[in-house]
Amino acid sequence: MNNEWPLFEIFIRSKNGLEHRHMGSLHAADAVMAMENARDVYTRRQEGVSIWVVPSSEITASNPENNGELFAPAEDKVYRHPTFYDLPDELKHI
Amino acid sequence: MNLSLENLEKQFQDRIDAGDNIEPKDWMPEKYRKTHIRQISQHAHSEIVGMLPEGNWITRAPSLRRKVALLAKVQDEAGHGLYLYSAAETLGISRDELFNQLHTGKAKYSSIFNYPAVTWADMGAIGWLVDGAAIINQVMLTRTSYGPYARAMVRICKEESFHQRQGFEIMLTLSKGTAEQKEMAQDALDRWWWPSLMMFGPTDAASTHTEQSMKWKIKRKTNDELRQQFIDITAPQAEFLGLKIPDPALQWNEERGHYDFGEINWDEFWQVVKGYGPCNKERINARVKAWDEGAWVREAALAYAEKKDSIQKAI
Ligand SMILES: [Fe+2]
Ligand SMILES: [Fe+2]
Repeated sequence: MNNEWPLFEIFIRSKNGLEHRHMGSLHAADAVMAMENARDVYTRRQEGVSIWVVPSSEITASNPENNGELFAPAEDKVYRHPTFYDLPDELKHI
Repeated sequence: MNLSLENLEKQFQDRIDAGDNIEPKDWMPEKYRKTHIRQISQHAHSEIVGMLPEGNWITRAPSLRRKVALLAKVQDEAGHGLYLYSAAETLGISRDELFNQLHTGKAKYSSIFNYPAVTWADMGAIGWLVDGAAIINQVMLTRTSYGPYARAMVRICKEESFHQRQGFEIMLTLSKGTAEQKEMAQDALDRWWWPSLMMFGPTDAASTHTEQSMKWKIKRKTNDELRQQFIDITAPQAEFLGLKIPDPALQWNEERGHYDFGEINWDEFWQVVKGYGPCNKERINARVKAWDEGAWVREAALAYAEKKDSIQKAI
C-alpha cells in the first residue's frame, strides 16, 4: 500500500528583481500544505519573498542520454557570439 | 560509442576525475547509487534522531533566550533531515522505505545520539562538540560528487554555525559561573569528548569503504584526517574555557604540527553501533511511536486532499 504524500518541487525568489530558483523538494498532501511546509523548510531565515510549489510529477525533464543530439548542434555556431566578428580596435562603443 | 558496462564505468570515472558533478538522471554504477543511498540516508536519520536528546531539554531551558535558541536549532535539524531525505529519494528510493529502514533497525544513524543528555550542560557540549564534528564532515561534503547531496550540504553548512556557537556560549557561561556550574561543564565535556571523536568513524586502517569513496569523491578526506582536524581546532577551545579534555595523551606535537591523542575505545564504538549503547532502544522507540501515532493525520490529510480534488474535478 502506498500512502506516501506526493512530492513537490520548491522554487523560491530570494528578493524582487531575481528569478525563482529551485531549492529542493518536499512531500505534502496538497499544494496548500506544500506551500506552508516550504515556508518552514526553506525560508526560516528570510531567504525568500515568493514561493512556487510544483507537483514533481508535472515536470518533464530532458534525458541526459540524449544530451548529444539535444545540445551538440549549438557547439559549432561560434557566429552566435560577439567575439566572432573582427572589428578594428579603435572602434568604440560597439 | 561503446556502451559496454566497462566503458560506461570508465566514462563515469573520467567525469568524476574531471570534477564533474553527477546528477540524478545520469548513468551511474549501481554501487555508486547504493553507497549514496546508504550514506545520505544514514546522514538524514542522524539529523532526525539527533533531535531527540536535545528536544528533551527545550521545556527545561534555563532562560527564554536559551529556549528560543534550542528550539530553533532543533527545528533546523528537522530541516536538515528533510533536505537529505529528498536527496536520497532522487536515487530512486521512497521516503516510506527510508523510514522503514530506520524503524526496523536496518539503517544506521550516528552512534553519538545513543548517548543520554543528562544535564543542561550537555546542550552546551552537544552544540560545541557534536555539531562541531558534524560541521567538519559536512564542509568536506559540500564538494562531494553527487549534485543533490552537495547542494543539501551547502544549505546545511550555512545553518550549522549558529548551532555550534550557541553550544559554545552555553559552555562559556557555565565555565565562568559558580564552581558547581563549571563542574557541570567539565562533566559534560568528559562524557561527550570520546563519543565525538568516534563520530568520524573507524580508523583509515579499519575502514572498508574509504578507498572507493575517495575514488568516487563521495568523501574528500579520510576519517583520520577529519578527526585530526577536529582535535586541532577543539583543543585550544577547551583551553579557552578553562576545561580539561579527558585524554592524558593529548599534547601538541611541534614536529607534526598537530595534537597527538590517546587510543579511542573502539570496542565501545562497535557496541553502540551494534545496538547496545545506552539509548539505542529508547531512540528508535520514540521514532516509531511518533510515526505510528501520526499515521491517522497523514491518512486524513491525504483523504482530504483527494476529496477536494474530486469535488473540483466534478465542477
Ligand atoms: Fe544538522
Ligand atoms: Fe546542527
